[in-house]
Amino acid sequence: MEIKAGREPLLELRSLSKSFVEARTGKVLEVLSDVDLRIAPGTFTCLVGPSGCGKTTLLRIIAGLETATAGEVLLEGSPVTGPGPDRGLVFQEYALFPWRTVLKNVTFGPDVSGETRAGAIADARELLETMGLSTHEDLYPRELSGGMKQRVAIARTLAVKPKVLLMDEPFASLDAQARNAMQEFLVELWLRTGATIVFVTHSVDEAVFLGQEVLGLSRRPARIVQRFTCDLAYPRNRTDPGFTALRARILEYLKQELVDDHA
Amino acid sequence: MWVSSTKWKVISPIAAILLWQLLASAGLLGKTPSPWQAVEGIWFLIDTGLPPGYRLWGHAGASLARVLAGFAAACLVAVPIGVLMGWSKHLDAVLDPLVEAVRPVPPLAWLPFAVLWFGIGLVSSSFIIFLGVFFPVLLNTVSGVKSVDPRLPEAARTLGASEATILGRVLVPGASPSIITGIRIGMGIGWMTLVAAEMTGVKSGYGLGYMILTARDYARYDLVASGIIVIGLLGFAMDTCIRLVEKRLLRWR
Repeated sequence: MEIKAGREPLLELRSLSKSFVEARTGKVLEVLSDVDLRIAPGTFTCLVGPSGCGKTTLLRIIAGLETATAGEVLLEGSPVTGPGPDRGLVFQEYALFPWRTVLKNVTFGPDVSGETRAGAIADARELLETMGLSTHEDLYPRELSGGMKQRVAIARTLAVKPKVLLMDEPFASLDAQARNAMQEFLVELWLRTGATIVFVTHSVDEAVFLGQEVLGLSRRPARIVQRFTCDLAYPRNRTDPGFTALRARILEYLKQELVDDHA
Repeated sequence: MWVSSTKWKVISPIAAILLWQLLASAGLLGKTPSPWQAVEGIWFLIDTGLPPGYRLWGHAGASLARVLAGFAAACLVAVPIGVLMGWSKHLDAVLDPLVEAVRPVPPLAWLPFAVLWFGIGLVSSSFIIFLGVFFPVLLNTVSGVKSVDPRLPEAARTLGASEATILGRVLVPGASPSIITGIRIGMGIGWMTLVAAEMTGVKSGYGLGYMILTARDYARYDLVASGIIVIGLLGFAMDTCIRLVEKRLLRWR
C-alpha cells in the first residue's frame, strides 16, 4: 500500500502466520502465511479471497480474539495482545445482545467501561440518529430487519470510538436490496467520519464499490498476493466502465486462485 | 373446532372431576374418596383441623415456608455454580462427575443424614427440598450458559468488557431462558419432595405432607385427597407466579 512519506500506519501486520492442529486428524493446518500489511489512518481497505481462505481468521487476529502463531499486529506502534475497544469488530451475524434494546445495545461498551450513564445515552442517541434508527431505540433485536440489526451493530461498535473498524462480511446475510442500501450507507458514514475501515468480503462487487484499495488473498494458507487500487470517485456507480473493468480484473485473479485450487 | 384451546383448559379438568365423581357415586372406587368428599375434607381441615386444632392454614403455611426456603437456597447455590461450570471447561470437568453421581440419589435417601446433620426442624426438611430443586436448576443453568452464542462474549470483549462483566452481563442474561426453565422444573420437584421432606419429622405438628401421613394413620383417605389437592393448587399457584416473572424478564424473546 502506498503510504505518504511521514505518515505512520495506524495498523500494521508483520509476517503474520497462523496454523492450527486439526483436532480430528492431528494434521497441522496452515491458515495464514507471512501476511504483511500496513493500513494508513482514514483509509478504506477491502480484503477479498477464495472462501475459506482465512480472511475471517486474519480479522479475528487483528481484533485479538485469536492469537497468531508467528508475527505481530501493531496498532499505532504497540503490539496487540488481546481484544479491546480500540479495534471494533462487526460480525456477519450481527451478534447483538437479544435481551437488550437497540439503545442498550449501543450503550453496552460505554456501560461496561464505566462511562457516565447520561453521557453514554446522549452519545448513543446521536449515533442512532445518524443511523436512521431514532424511532427504534426501545425495540429488541428480534423486532428489527437484518439491515437494521447491522446498523445497530455498527452503532454499538462506533460507540466505543475504535481507532479501526474491522468488518467481517457484515452484509453477507442481507438480501440484495438491503445489501446495496447498507453499502451506500457505509460509504456515506466513512466519508463523513473519516474512520479507518478494514472490510472482509467474498463479493468482488462489494469490494470495488467500497474500498480505496482491494487486497486479494491467495487460497490457504492465505497471503496477500494482489493489490488493486480503486481511485474511482465516491459514490461509485456499478455500471461505470472503470468499475466494471476493475471488477473484471479482480474476478480474473480470483478465478486463477480457484483454478490453482483444483489443480 | 367448536371450542377454543383456552376453553379446553377449563373444560378438561371439570370433565375429569365429573368422571371421578360419577365413578365414586356408582360405588366403583371402593375406599377412594369422591371429589366431593375431598372438598368436604378441605372444609374439615379449615374448620376442625387434623389433628383437631391443627388447621389447614397452619399446615399450608409451614409447608410453603419449607418449600420456599429449600427452593431459594437451591437457586442461590445452583445458579452461580452452574454459570461457572458453563463458563469454565475445567470446572465443568471437575464437578460434572460429582454432580452426575449424586443426582440420581433419591432425596428421601438423605433423610437420616438430614436429621443427623440438622436435627429435626425447618433446616432438615428444607434440605431434602433443596436436593430436589438443586439439580434441575444447576443442569439447566450449565446448558443455558453453554448454549449462549459464542459471538456474544466475543462481541463483549471487543467492546471492552472484562471476564467478570461477561459472566454477569452476557452469559447470565443469555442463559436466563434456560435458567428460568430450570427454576420452574425445580419448583415442581420441590413440591414433589415435600411429603418426603416432612418425614424428617415436624416439631410444630404442622405441614401438608405431615398432615397426609397423619390422615393415612387414621385411614382418613378423604383428608389424604384433600391434602393432595391443596399441594396441587399451591404448586400451580407458584408455577403461575414464576411464569409471570418469566414473561416479564423474557419480553425480549
